Amino acid sequence: MRQWILKHRFLLMRRITQLGILALYIAGNSYGFHLLMGNLSSSLIMKHIPLADPFAALQMLAAGAIIGVDILIGAVIVVLFYMVVGGRAFCSWVCPMNMVTDTANWIRKVLFLEKVERKLWLGRSIRYWVLGLSLILSFVTGVAAFEMVSPISMLHRGIIFGMGMGFAAVLCIFLFDLFAVKNGWCGHICPLGGFYALLGRMSMIRVKHNQASCTLCMKCKDICPEKQVLSIIGKESGAIVSGECTNCGRCIEVCEDDALAFGVRNYISSASEK
Amino acid sequence: MSLSRRDFLKTTAAASAAAAVGISVPSELKAASEQAEAGWRWDKAVCRFCGTGCGIMMATKEGKVVAVKGDPACPVNRGLNCIKGYFNAKIMYGADRLKEPLLRMNDKGEFDKHGQFKPVSWKRAFDEMEKHIKAAFKAGGPEAIGIFGSGQYTIQEGYAAAKLMKAGFRANGIDPNARHCMASAVAGFIQTFGIDEPAGCYDDIELTDTVVTWGANMAEMHPILWSRVSDRKLTSPDKVKVVNISTYTHRCSDLADIEIIFSPSTDLALWNYIAHEIVYNHPESIDWDFVKKHTVFATGFANIGYGMRTEADAKKNGYSEKELEINRKEDAKVISEKEAPGLAHLGVKAGDTMKMDKAGAAGAHWEISFEDFKKALAPYTLDYVAKIAKGNPDESLESFKAKLQELVKLYVDKNRKIVSFWTMGMNQHQRGTWVNEQSYMVHFLLGKQAKPGSGAFSLTGQPSACGTAREVGTFTHRLPADMVVDNPKHRDVCEKVWKLPAGTLNGVGYQHIMNIHRQIESGKIKFAWVNVCNPYQDSANAEHWIKAARNLDNFIVCSDAYPGISAKVSDLILPSAMIYEKWGAYGNAERRTQHWRQQVLPVGEAMSDTWQWIELSKRFTIADVWGEQSVKGGKLPNVIEGAKAMGYKPTDTLYDVLFANEYYKSFKTDDVVGQGFDNTEVFGDKRAVMGSDGKEWKGYGFFIQKALWEEYRKFGLGHAHDLADFDTYHKVRGLKWPVVDGKETQWRFNARYDPYAAKANTGDFAFYGGAAKALKRGDLTKPTSGNETFPLPNKAKIFFRPYMDPCEMPDKEYDTWLCTGRVLEHWHSGTMTMRVPELYRAVPEALCYMHPEDAKAKGFKQGELIWIESRRGSCKARIETRGRNRTPRGLVFVPWFDEKVFINKVCLDATCPISKQTDYKKCAVKLYKA
Amino acid sequence: MSNLESKKIVISQRRKFLSLMAQSIGLSALGGMVWSGYLDEAKAAPLILRPPGARAESEFIRMCIKCGQCVSACPYDTLHLAKPGDQKPLGTPFFIPREIPCYMCTDIPCVPVCPTGALDKKSVSSLSEGVETLDIMKARMGLAVVDTESCIAFWGIQCDACYRACPVMDSAIKLEYRRNERTGKHAFLIPIVSSETCTGCGLCERACVTEKAAIHVLPLDLAKGSIGGHYIKGWDKADEKRLEGISTDVTTHTKRSEKSATDYLNSGEEMFK
Repeated sequence: MRQWILKHRFLLMRRITQLGILALYIAGNSYGFHLLMGNLSSSLIMKHIPLADPFAALQMLAAGAIIGVDILIGAVIVVLFYMVVGGRAFCSWVCPMNMVTDTANWIRKVLFLEKVERKLWLGRSIRYWVLGLSLILSFVTGVAAFEMVSPISMLHRGIIFGMGMGFAAVLCIFLFDLFAVKNGWCGHICPLGGFYALLGRMSMIRVKHNQASCTLCMKCKDICPEKQVLSIIGKESGAIVSGECTNCGRCIEVCEDDALAFGVRNYISSASEK
Repeated sequence: MSLSRRDFLKTTAAASAAAAVGISVPSELKAASEQAEAGWRWDKAVCRFCGTGCGIMMATKEGKVVAVKGDPACPVNRGLNCIKGYFNAKIMYGADRLKEPLLRMNDKGEFDKHGQFKPVSWKRAFDEMEKHIKAAFKAGGPEAIGIFGSGQYTIQEGYAAAKLMKAGFRANGIDPNARHCMASAVAGFIQTFGIDEPAGCYDDIELTDTVVTWGANMAEMHPILWSRVSDRKLTSPDKVKVVNISTYTHRCSDLADIEIIFSPSTDLALWNYIAHEIVYNHPESIDWDFVKKHTVFATGFANIGYGMRTEADAKKNGYSEKELEINRKEDAKVISEKEAPGLAHLGVKAGDTMKMDKAGAAGAHWEISFEDFKKALAPYTLDYVAKIAKGNPDESLESFKAKLQELVKLYVDKNRKIVSFWTMGMNQHQRGTWVNEQSYMVHFLLGKQAKPGSGAFSLTGQPSACGTAREVGTFTHRLPADMVVDNPKHRDVCEKVWKLPAGTLNGVGYQHIMNIHRQIESGKIKFAWVNVCNPYQDSANAEHWIKAARNLDNFIVCSDAYPGISAKVSDLILPSAMIYEKWGAYGNAERRTQHWRQQVLPVGEAMSDTWQWIELSKRFTIADVWGEQSVKGGKLPNVIEGAKAMGYKPTDTLYDVLFANEYYKSFKTDDVVGQGFDNTEVFGDKRAVMGSDGKEWKGYGFFIQKALWEEYRKFGLGHAHDLADFDTYHKVRGLKWPVVDGKETQWRFNARYDPYAAKANTGDFAFYGGAAKALKRGDLTKPTSGNETFPLPNKAKIFFRPYMDPCEMPDKEYDTWLCTGRVLEHWHSGTMTMRVPELYRAVPEALCYMHPEDAKAKGFKQGELIWIESRRGSCKARIETRGRNRTPRGLVFVPWFDEKVFINKVCLDATCPISKQTDYKKCAVKLYKA
Repeated sequence: MSNLESKKIVISQRRKFLSLMAQSIGLSALGGMVWSGYLDEAKAAPLILRPPGARAESEFIRMCIKCGQCVSACPYDTLHLAKPGDQKPLGTPFFIPREIPCYMCTDIPCVPVCPTGALDKKSVSSLSEGVETLDIMKARMGLAVVDTESCIAFWGIQCDACYRACPVMDSAIKLEYRRNERTGKHAFLIPIVSSETCTGCGLCERACVTEKAAIHVLPLDLAKGSIGGHYIKGWDKADEKRLEGISTDVTTHTKRSEKSATDYLNSGEEMFK
């Protein structure tokens, strides 16, 4: 049991964070416990510190909305946090959709769906196109375009304020990830993921690889939802610097050789690390 | 012949409209309309709710009431209804209707005061009632039984209840909730006219030029009458004036030309101010001919208390120190600066202590001279009255004075007809009888009473407060047709009609409704039965009565259609048939009696209250109850021998003697009036309910409702209370009594309209009522003629009554006046209307109406929940600073329909000492955040 | 065969990139068209009622970040965020007065919490003693409209449940007294709504006792007509207000005036023949 917990320490911590944040929102909105109010689009910590989804804010800006100071400050706080500290951690530590797509992925594995995969090719850069399109459409239609269709928002809003038919959208993502493309939503399409990938390129917290300990078992690549970021495995020591890495820590958990660990990026000698 | 929906609508509309204007419909059209309606049956009935008495038509289909329409032929409402009447079809089918008797029991199936309610048979229910009534009788005689009666009883069931109580059990502990609603009006009528109920009728509205509402929110409480007032105003907006006199702004002010907001209780001073102006400044307006010929001047004692327990009595019953602060005033009070000038005729001054030692003679009064009358009015000048009566602190004294002067002008104008309407504001009043009498004082002085378009007109709250509570006499002190128990001649009359041995009837009637509560609390009453009312929600100072019912050794039975507070408090619950599930009749505020047939079968095992009373009578023999009995101040004689002499056997049950006698049995079951209609009491019905003897109920075998009616009306015939026969009422849309030679009476006491007044031969008017018509004479402080009395046949009285403070007024701690009342959407305690989804949605909870500045000063937000607390209890309500009732600073208004906002826990149970009617309109509270 | 092989087109890296780019742009355009088509539908909800202080719908929908803070601030659970299936712009706040109306809190808790200003505090504030204070009476969430055919007050029933429920009683809803000629002695008390003061809170709609409410709140621009500025009531001095900011572009155009005067005069000679 202890072993299992150790093997899943980051998974457990991620789930605790994801669910904890939702729980705080629910408590804030329905039970008058005002540590956190609102939802992931915009919220208030302890009734004073604003937080806002910077991608939503960007879309609103594109749509021509004059954005309030609160949103600006909130978005800046969030941007600074992920840009400087967390990287693309939103996707694996905060976003509730992560739990849905992880579940799909787990079932894929259990049912060996990967071994008999249909060929449906999707490029991982689609998310950047969708990201661009979101901003263009926001400008054209005058509403935050992705926010109007975002299944992520439907999910977290739904959990906090009532789901309605929103579960259908979530189910679509689940089925798409389960049967169509592995990591199809989070790893390919989601523009919010793309946004944080771009934002988090320079962040401090990174997975670090020690090539010396690596036995090239490739378990890390097997489990990673964004395989392409692990290009240096077995080749060289250093930090995983791609913005697309979500800092989920699954590679660290599965590595039995202590060849991977979280660390702080050394900017000064980053060149040498490479 | 097939009719499209549209044709159908057209033809039925045509038929209804034709009926309304009294033209006969071409037979072909009529046939078409009947055929179109073949899927359901229309029959006339009367609205279940207020005292207006609107006629309705009920559509029944497959044994259910499915629709209702205003009866276009009914002169009161001409096919219209208010929002409650609009929902008459929906009141009987609430999902939680009581369907079977329920008894508090332990696991062994025995009665247990602290057990849970479980279903029992009707037989078991009557077994328990019989057992507990017999035990109560043994412990305390007839006075150990208390009945909470009702102004919503049908006339016949009220009559059956009163007959079994008074003639059978020889018990006078029956009093209706009408005590809370009309008693002051009754006392006012009896003392002034010697006979109960209004002189005028609703036609006054169309005939008058001036409508003054005194403590009557007709717009919400008598909406159909208010629409008639509104129409009258529209016909001649400049000539017709409407004045609204109230302690807060309510919906009647919308139409009013003048709105007068007065400080609680100072209506006493306002009436005296009008009289003062008449006597001192407009003597030309006095109709001396009328005054001299038809009236005498009179007054009574002022130190009569406030109808509460005395301090010693309250202490004995465990009242808190806070409560005793008020109870103390039942013994004595210090005269305030506010009231002292108005009491000058007694030679008292502010700071003096007034001993309330005439509380026992509160109703005593004597004749005085006009000079004394005039002298007593002297202090009621504009300056004094305006100073004490101005109720809105934000209004200037000048503006208030101007309004008072304007009001006087309207009253004294010789060319102006004027009607003064009032309801609970003047009745629920610690000096309710006084203020009622003052209205007649003004109208008599001006000769503006009992004339078409002119008169002081007491409006009734309940649908049959007049018809049942008053005319039948379901009050503790009354007998049918305005007779009273303490008059040996009246008892004699009743004993003859009821075929009782002489001396059967009990002459001591003092167990009015607050006394029933108080005697349950002091352990005197051991058995109580709730009929067609909700006394544990509707009585002031409710916490005392609820505790007494739950904690003491007594047995409380509640007959009701829906579970409410009273049912919850009781030990046995009986499921009652509702209005259209039984035959019945109501009498409205203009003396109009209206009958209806049973439209449908009751739900579940519910049975009518008449049936419940008559079944109870089967459980008692003459020998059980007609022996010697102790009552207050004496004994009732043993009349069993007398009964034997009349041919009764001691083993005869009260059922045999009172209900199943030869007279009753002469009303056959095959009466044409009943053909085609259910009659559960007479035949039983297809539900095959197991009756009080454990066998299937198959009916009495005689037309019980007709028998009750025909016997009851014997009392009034020839005594100015004449009612028509049973069959007639099933043909017409009600008739205003006295009905003489088939003709109704519009204006009583007026020789042109009232055959009894004409018969008296005293000119244009005759106030022929017989009660209190021989008076002592005296000065303003006391009678001085010794024991000599002077008769005043056919004369009414002009009373002088002073202003006095109410016994509880806002102070530092309890700084706000509380006034309670109703809202249009809900009826009384809401047992019916809170089950009509539309009405529930429209007004789901009672709100605390208050002035926005008060709310601000106390830091309350609109819509916020606050506590309302008095010396007696507290409840929570939401603040409403806008909306229908706008109170002046310092006063809040809270309706009482909502059991979750249990405002009667907060109210004070002070009453008018004469009428014993509770004052729900004023007590002192403090407010704070919940 | 070899011929064919020799003709095999060699695709350069550059060309490959450009082609991929073109494909992506094309696909994006396709997706964008579908997406924007959906957006146009999804943001169009003419019947939606917004919280107090909401800006004009097009502006509101642009600015609302869908955070739900107004929803959680509402003490009466009046507000909801649109869920998929509600057929309303997703995630935006709205209320259904028949279910739970706006109770018009004096401190309007839903407005100050709005982080984007989609709920505009200024629009529901008024100056009192030089201080801007919240004033719910300035809210214009919609306008109550009476269906006079199903309103039972128009039959003569003494209802006026809406009138008594109105928090701006006697101003937003007034009673008009009319004689009932049929009965000859009763008056109609008929509810009349004034757009000047009606806040659109919906307490009237909630209170209405008919099966489906005979008085219902519609969004203001849907419920109201617009008169135009060219005619001013001669009997109402205040009506001149409508002249403020009136356009001086007063040239009128009809089918008849399509052609210029000279074009008209110089054409259509055939009519003389």
